[in-house]
Amino acid sequence: MSKLKPSLWTLALVVFAIFPLIVTNPTFTTIAVFTLLFMACTTSWNMFSGYSGYVSLGSAIFYGCGAYTMALVSTHAHMAGGEAQFWLVPLAGLVAMVVAIPVGAVALRVRRHTFVVITIALFFVFQLLAINFSFTGGAAGISLPLIPWLFNYYNLPFYYVALGLVIFATLLSAGVRRSRFGLQLLAIRDDEDRALGLGVRVTAVKLTGFTMSAFTIGMAGALYAMFIGQIYPQFVFDPTFDITVALMAFFGGFGTLLGPLLGGLILESSQQYLTLTFTNGSLYLILFGVLFLLVILFMPQGIVVRVSQLWAQRNRRRETPLTPDAVAAMGVGH
Amino acid sequence: MVKLLEAQDVSRAFGGVQALKSCSLTVDKGSITGLIGPNGSGKTTLFNVMTGYVRPDHGTILFDGNDVTNAPPNKIFALGVGRTFQLTRIFSRISVIENMLVATQRDESWLRGLTRSKSSRSELDAAMEWLDFVGLARLASLQAGSLSFGQRKLLELAYVLVADPDVILLDEPAGGVNLTLINEISEKILALNKGGKTFLIVEHNMEFVMKICDKVTVMYQGCDLVTGTPAEVRSSPQVLDAYLGGSDDESNQVVGHG
Repeated sequence: MSKLKPSLWTLALVVFAIFPLIVTNPTFTTIAVFTLLFMACTTSWNMFSGYSGYVSLGSAIFYGCGAYTMALVSTHAHMAGGEAQFWLVPLAGLVAMVVAIPVGAVALRVRRHTFVVITIALFFVFQLLAINFSFTGGAAGISLPLIPWLFNYYNLPFYYVALGLVIFATLLSAGVRRSRFGLQLLAIRDDEDRALGLGVRVTAVKLTGFTMSAFTIGMAGALYAMFIGQIYPQFVFDPTFDITVALMAFFGGFGTLLGPLLGGLILESSQQYLTLTFTNGSLYLILFGVLFLLVILFMPQGIVVRVSQLWAQRNRRRETPLTPDAVAAMGVGH
Repeated sequence: MVKLLEAQDVSRAFGGVQALKSCSLTVDKGSITGLIGPNGSGKTTLFNVMTGYVRPDHGTILFDGNDVTNAPPNKIFALGVGRTFQLTRIFSRISVIENMLVATQRDESWLRGLTRSKSSRSELDAAMEWLDFVGLARLASLQAGSLSFGQRKLLELAYVLVADPDVILLDEPAGGVNLTLINEISEKILALNKGGKTFLIVEHNMEFVMKICDKVTVMYQGCDLVTGTPAEVRSSPQVLDAYLGGSDDESNQVVGHG
């Protein structure tokens, strides 16, 4: 999928691994943790929505379920705040997957645009449930056990666990792309009925993809809850999360492997930075809105595809000036 | 003759339009059966019913003696009925070879797809062999969306063939295709038929139908009107009525279109 060489992936991994050791300022490492969480979520979202073309705007359902799993289990089990809580992260992912099965079964009964609307509607159902149930603590939310780590150490474990989620989501996404299952998702994106007529069990394949993508998003939600230490229904079941994740994937490159990673990296870090610099939590919403419009209008395939197209054009122009023969040769291919 | 695929007394209405009215059709094993009729006579609807895309209101579909009436399209394909569409449908944003691979395992459990790679060596070889058969082997790594209309028709035929179905339903294989390619396609069909494949072909091009079909069924207003050899059908007064039908202008146009 991506033309990046293995050495570049390794280099990127090394940079991410040593980043918090060099930049120790907690302000920046906090931004980094949020950025990694979004990179993981966007990659995971793209693994289903990007490959199958079914744009889900309900991913916050799984983020919220993951966050509440972390909060409820760690408070009810009277856990002491600390490393042990990390064991709840995969559990939260599993809970998100279990939730994804009925959600997907309902939403995937319809196609394309209707699917988008249904995911939004189901998302609001979950948000309302979280606000109104008593076991979720209602609008007051839940306080998690306090983690007694030192101020300049606190971010470090979160950073590496979040990095682990990003690596996991990326490997899973790459693996899916190489599998028969991934090919079936792409076939569904291009022509679902035709795929059905070629023996693809489209309903089962879509539901499996949808459920798998919930796993990492649920884990990210759990990590977020633990990191923040206090959750509110409107912040974990957050409609802007739904849209942000989709925007990041579209911005970076919908359906590509590298795109969602870049989208998450660029947009989340700049959003956090803007919020911090201008101490205004709403400024980024305006900027993101404008950006979303620009991306959809001018580079709907995202920066990864656009940049590689420009790069290919530039190389072609430099290497072989267009001769009539070359033009004719290109024409043959079509 | 052994009956391979059979529609018995099938009816289907869309709202107030009765697209099929107790229509019956038999495809014998090893035959090339033609299905002709004026536009709107229900040929494509019958195709859709036989391949599971549309459920009949009434009637039975039998494949190899088994009732497959309400089976979904993937099930019917897995049993061995492949089809192409009138408006050619390929997967345009994946490569030509990947198009082929979608169909290679026609009856594999969906969980298996998660743990295996896109293709095995033997599947890839089979896919390349069929691409070579239709003359697209050199375009294997191209994005399928960049193929021309005729190449898409050939690709659609190739990826139906790669799953090795017993019977292949072709919806207007010669529609919108130039003469050279029409001859090429009919040669391929005849070659495959010699190899044991059964065909059911919807086509408006009479020359094409008369040349390659063993048996032709004519449909008219949702019913099967006449079934017989091409020569019988050509001389049947009922068929002439259906197509040329006295003063009915629309029917005349249909023949002109063919």
